[in-house]
Amino acid sequence: MIAWLLDDSPTSRLQAGLGRAWRVWTALLRNPLAVVGGLIILVLVAMAVFAPLIAPQSPVGQDLANRLMPPSAAHWMGTDELGRDIYSRVVYGARITLLIVAMVAVIAAPVGLVVGAVSGYFGGWADRILMGITDIFLSMPKLILALAFVAALGPGIENAIIAIAITAWPVYARIARAETITFRDAEFIAAVRLQGASSVRVILRHVLPLCASSTIVRVTLDMAGIILTAAGLGFLGLGAQPPLPEWGAMISRGRNFILDQWWVATMPGFAIILVSLGFCFLGDGLRDVLDPKQGEKQ
Amino acid sequence: MAFEPSTGVAAVRAGMLAGRAWGGAMSLLRFAIVVAGTFLGLLAITFFIGRVVPIDPVLSVVGDRATKEVYEAARQAMGLDRPLIVQFFSYVGDVLRGDLGRSVSTGRLVIDDLARVFPATLEMATTGIVIGVALGVPMGVVAATRQGSLVDQAIRVLGLLGYSVPAFWLGLVGLAVFYAGLGWVAGPGRVDIFYDGLLDPVTGLYLVDSLIAGEWDIFRNAVSHLVLPASILGFFSLAYIARMTRSFMLDQLGQEYVTTARVKGVPERRVVWRHAFYPIRIQLITVIGLSYASLLEGSVMIETVFSWPGIGNYLTTALLNADMNAVLGATLVIGAVFILINKISDVLYRILDPRARR
Repeated sequence: MIAWLLDDSPTSRLQAGLGRAWRVWTALLRNPLAVVGGLIILVLVAMAVFAPLIAPQSPVGQDLANRLMPPSAAHWMGTDELGRDIYSRVVYGARITLLIVAMVAVIAAPVGLVVGAVSGYFGGWADRILMGITDIFLSMPKLILALAFVAALGPGIENAIIAIAITAWPVYARIARAETITFRDAEFIAAVRLQGASSVRVILRHVLPLCASSTIVRVTLDMAGIILTAAGLGFLGLGAQPPLPEWGAMISRGRNFILDQWWVATMPGFAIILVSLGFCFLGDGLRDVLDPKQGEKQ
Repeated sequence: MAFEPSTGVAAVRAGMLAGRAWGGAMSLLRFAIVVAGTFLGLLAITFFIGRVVPIDPVLSVVGDRATKEVYEAARQAMGLDRPLIVQFFSYVGDVLRGDLGRSVSTGRLVIDDLARVFPATLEMATTGIVIGVALGVPMGVVAATRQGSLVDQAIRVLGLLGYSVPAFWLGLVGLAVFYAGLGWVAGPGRVDIFYDGLLDPVTGLYLVDSLIAGEWDIFRNAVSHLVLPASILGFFSLAYIARMTRSFMLDQLGQEYVTTARVKGVPERRVVWRHAFYPIRIQLITVIGLSYASLLEGSVMIETVFSWPGIGNYLTTALLNADMNAVLGATLVIGAVFILINKISDVLYRILDPRARR
């Protein structure tokens, strides 16, 4: 099986693809930080998927008799001002965090990739205009821009996702353009074009797949920033609305009790830090494997 | 081009100088165009957010109970019946004249509000960057000279934490530990309530104003209020600056001239701080500029936590009151300062680095 995967002359596209994936996988496993990061993200995904099974209590069920209880065997992370179990809310909060990062990645990465690939492939005026716009967005303060967009769109989780995506795409446009320019004049592109492929087909089928690895690295590294921005919006009351157990909003609620009931605000913070660190570790590991020349430059 | 002896050295040199002056003027012009374009882009974005994104800006002014006549009158008074492009240029004109509209919540002109709150942010962000540079650069250098050591690992972890810790959370924890728990620092705000309003706002920076007035009590009080939020901001810039310093230093230490210096018997201290550190100052300027700009942005969250009456607090208060003029004005000012610092550090890099100058 492994011999088949590592065969130097693969006989099918599937074999070549799987072989490459296998090499990346084994290289990642040799990097302890990447393994830790991957495990953290696995736990996050598992928590999100199996939240009802993992969480001991409902994330919204109130129990005023047991409000603001310190961490104990019954409530691992204590309870908040409405007697809700913070651990259960953190577990359910994984769903919201995962939803936000996944949606931002799904919206921002393709938009950026297409803009960058078109820009790099055609060059000339298209390139100048698209990159001008990209650079303008790149030189804006991201958090402020997201704040202003949410202010106009109105608070809420969907609008927070849109606002963060609007600030996130330019990086991918830059990456895709840089990659596209390096192989725009390569012979395999010329060969496909001589076979009569349209520009759309060349970009979609031949240019974009080659930008994939550096984009994956970048997306993973950006996840921490996206999580922090989303939590910041939640903290300001602009992201997910109560009673949704969004981690940033939970910290904001706990702000009033920080001096006496420290656990209300701090516990969701640990969740944010852990997950962000997980993405950083995995992103670093992926970069070492997929994009070694980038190395320390970033 | 063939070599022609008749042109003479002086003519060649004059030509080169003229060429360089011409090139310099061109690059300056190009730079001015880029900066102007970026600012125009920023204005386009705030215009878009203010006039296009809301479902109906007129409704937000007159309310949904207004009659058709009132609605139309308001629409015309706001100039919203004109084509978008005309509206945009009149908006640009307004902004250039310093007219950012009136804040609904404070009742004052947004530009006056911003001028009043900006020094508070400037004071905090500047203190933050000073802390970040003073600690971050030496840490980066030490990490590079002892690659793989415990110090190096600690700095690496610190750097990653800088990317993963929410600033507002760190602020809350800091308040709980250092203010409520240990009592080492003063709490939220810029000074204790009984010192409030005692200072003549000369610069708006409390540290400077209190020194000018010779009010040592207020100075000490202001420092104890400033130290925690500024340190937290400083931590985030430290994380970034230390990491970049480390990688720049590793680049230099791996070069042959460093080996030569060591072979010659130059003391290690001098090799590191004189030979290797000297060339990276220029790269560091860009890094410091970038992180200073991002501190201005990061202060939005910190100010909210510490009730620091700066531009970030103004922005978030306006957000919650749906005070769009104030939100866009603050966004515009933060964005403009952010872009300006970025571009200035870019220019400084080009002026100072002999390789980029050519």
